[in-house]
Amino acid sequence: MSKQPIAKKADPSTTGHSWDGIQEFDNPMPRWWLWTFYLTIIWGIGYTIAYPAWPLITGATPGVLEQSTRADVQAEIDRFASANAPIEAKLTAANLADIKNDPELADFAMKSGKAVFQTFCAQCHGAGGGGGKGYPALVDNDWLWGGTMEDVHTTILHGIRNTTDPEARYSQMPAFGTDGLLDKTQIGDVVQYVLQLSKQPHDAAEATAGAQVFAENCVSCHGEAGTGDRAQGAPNLTDAIWLYGGDEAALTETVTKARFGVMPAWNGRLTEAQIRSAAFYVHGLGGGE
Amino acid sequence: MWDYIKLAVLGLTAVLAAIAANYAHDLAYQVNALTAMLAAAIAFWWALRTAGDHRPQPQTEYNDAVVRAGVIATAFWGVIGFLVGVVIALQLAFPALNFEWAEGYLNFGRLRPLHTSAVIFAFGGNALIMSAFYVVQRTTAARLWGGNLGWFVFWGYNLFIVLAATSYVLGGSQGKEYAEPTWHIDLWLTVVWVAFLLAFLGTLWKRKEPHIYVANWFYLSFIITIAMLHVVNNLAVPVSIFGSKSVQLMGGVQDAMTQWWYGHNAVGFFLTAGFLGMMYYFVPKQAERPVYSYKLSIIHFWALIFLYIWAGPHHLHYTALPDWASTLGMVFSVILWMPSWGGMINGLMTLSGAWDKLRTDPIIRMMVVSVGFYGMSTFEGPMMSIKAVNSLSHYTDWTIGHVHSGALGWNGMITFGVLYFLTPRLWGRERLYSLSLVSWHFWLATIGIVLYAASMWVTGIMEGLMWREVDANGFLVNAFADTVSAKFPMYVVRALGGIMFLAGGVIMVYNLWATVAKQPARSALTAAIPAE
Repeated sequence: MSKQPIAKKADPSTTGHSWDGIQEFDNPMPRWWLWTFYLTIIWGIGYTIAYPAWPLITGATPGVLEQSTRADVQAEIDRFASANAPIEAKLTAANLADIKNDPELADFAMKSGKAVFQTFCAQCHGAGGGGGKGYPALVDNDWLWGGTMEDVHTTILHGIRNTTDPEARYSQMPAFGTDGLLDKTQIGDVVQYVLQLSKQPHDAAEATAGAQVFAENCVSCHGEAGTGDRAQGAPNLTDAIWLYGGDEAALTETVTKARFGVMPAWNGRLTEAQIRSAAFYVHGLGGGE
Repeated sequence: MWDYIKLAVLGLTAVLAAIAANYAHDLAYQVNALTAMLAAAIAFWWALRTAGDHRPQPQTEYNDAVVRAGVIATAFWGVIGFLVGVVIALQLAFPALNFEWAEGYLNFGRLRPLHTSAVIFAFGGNALIMSAFYVVQRTTAARLWGGNLGWFVFWGYNLFIVLAATSYVLGGSQGKEYAEPTWHIDLWLTVVWVAFLLAFLGTLWKRKEPHIYVANWFYLSFIITIAMLHVVNNLAVPVSIFGSKSVQLMGGVQDAMTQWWYGHNAVGFFLTAGFLGMMYYFVPKQAERPVYSYKLSIIHFWALIFLYIWAGPHHLHYTALPDWASTLGMVFSVILWMPSWGGMINGLMTLSGAWDKLRTDPIIRMMVVSVGFYGMSTFEGPMMSIKAVNSLSHYTDWTIGHVHSGALGWNGMITFGVLYFLTPRLWGRERLYSLSLVSWHFWLATIGIVLYAASMWVTGIMEGLMWREVDANGFLVNAFADTVSAKFPMYVVRALGGIMFLAGGVIMVYNLWATVAKQPARSALTAAIPAE
């Protein structure tokens, strides 16, 4: 609140103004500040001469160096593409089953496949291929549509149950409850039977009744023993591996509403070499046949 | 007569808002319309109650009541903004905190704009408006122009904040960073901002001092430029007058460029020029020393406002933006370095001859640290605008750390200093309730900022390096998810820094409240202060 001048005796002179007691010294600008400012301006002028900078009527000054970020990145992509071209050609021509026998090819396919997997597959199947509910784990030897190089390659190439690729792997489980194919008791019974098949605690009497329901409705795809059928992507029901959960509630939901997992076709989005690499990588995750 | 016009306008607004709420296409718009209806109805009721009352004219004393309201709003929104920041920092570290039951309302995507708007526009904006009103009155020795216009600005601006915040949570957003409010909220802010400009200009116009103090140059450039940026960046055609959705006038890279011309200058003029105005008044006042150099203040002011406006393209390096625009954005950003530092030099050197106060006065300590962080971020900014550096830093947490060392360090700390300066004066108290609590606040905030900035440097540079890592065949080595999981420990450190900063804010609110409630009034200064 003081309106008294607050400059002291030994201070430099002020501009003579005072606002609510605030005065200003008449100090010069610090030299280092001013010179650094000038230097940045000079550098700026130089930089805009060297690089594309000043807009004209159509286009802009290209700069003495004629640098272009798009050309730079294209050159880098081209460099890797041409370096990889011979081995990619070899990979595309190779017999799928023989890739693992050629150390150079196998090494390349493994690295390339890992990069492809991490960029395009990890979102659903997990960074390590561990999968999740509705997305199969790729690290075990339980395969829905087959685990040979040929099978995995076909799956990646065409995908599963998508509408974009006519050659996509396809099968559809009936929604037994929603479509009224089975009543609630029958569904309950067959669920108990599946629990029995997978060696989980179950109601023995209901499971016995469920065996009949299973035989009439499920064996055509899942097989008489419930061990599944890879030609139709029908899962094995006798092991402890479940795509959508193996407890009573999950199984009841599966039988009632069915499941319809979709995977996109990568044909067209990835090159044949990339798809082969991804297949090789997935095959090598642990469960390849 | 004026009372009747006011009643008619408010009544009509309430009715129109009710109609809009009835025909609303989406929930965000409907809640906005109901809020506007409620606000108009309350204002109508107030106008009705006070219609025909005798109002003492002319008032010659300073209008400090509106500044007091601004102080309360600043402290309130500050704590809210910090709290939401802590919540989203924890949501990033522990995604389970995006609760299933709150999906679509309180998940990260909805809360993030709530946090940025709460700290920048609610906390920062109220601090700027409040301090602009205080400073312009004190340095022109004139009462705030326009009668109750200052009150319209205060309530109008805070209504804007409530409208924007409720809209975000309910899904209303135009998807532009720092410009999320939908078209009808933008229109309302335009009205309020023009009122702000008029109140400020009017006060300058009838000033009793011959010269205009440097703080006012900064405030004025901030108000005018923000008006221009806000209007141009929000040019849009509503899909329906009864819905939140609108279509931007510009598309593609033009829209992106306009957005970052806006976005960068929201930093440049809102968070830099406006806050430099604050610094130029409150630092010399608190230090009780003259400003270091008048020449420097002129040169760095004009250089700053001329250069800042061109720096936006550095937000769009390596995108669809043409190379030439990218180059210019980078060059202007680097040349901007010294003009920015001019403010830091003038702030710090003002303390020469008063350095001993750092030992005894935690408020001046806060202001000094604030100016220090200002200097650090305005060096870091030009550095990050260099294309080669940006190719590493862009899209990483480094950017988040940079923003926060500026926002928490510079904007936050200077605002805390201003709040501590103003509260005893505005409420006529002898001194603050507790200087040791100010020290606690100071250390909590400072350590919090250091934890925040350091952890974001580490994760930012780490993820930048991980993203670009390729093997001999040119294949990417890391999956995106690998970088996310690698960042986890630093995300916890960042959240901890945020919690410390929030704790400091809560201590400040208690201290300010206790100053008003528990400190004895200063006998001589309980009456309003005459403007002279």
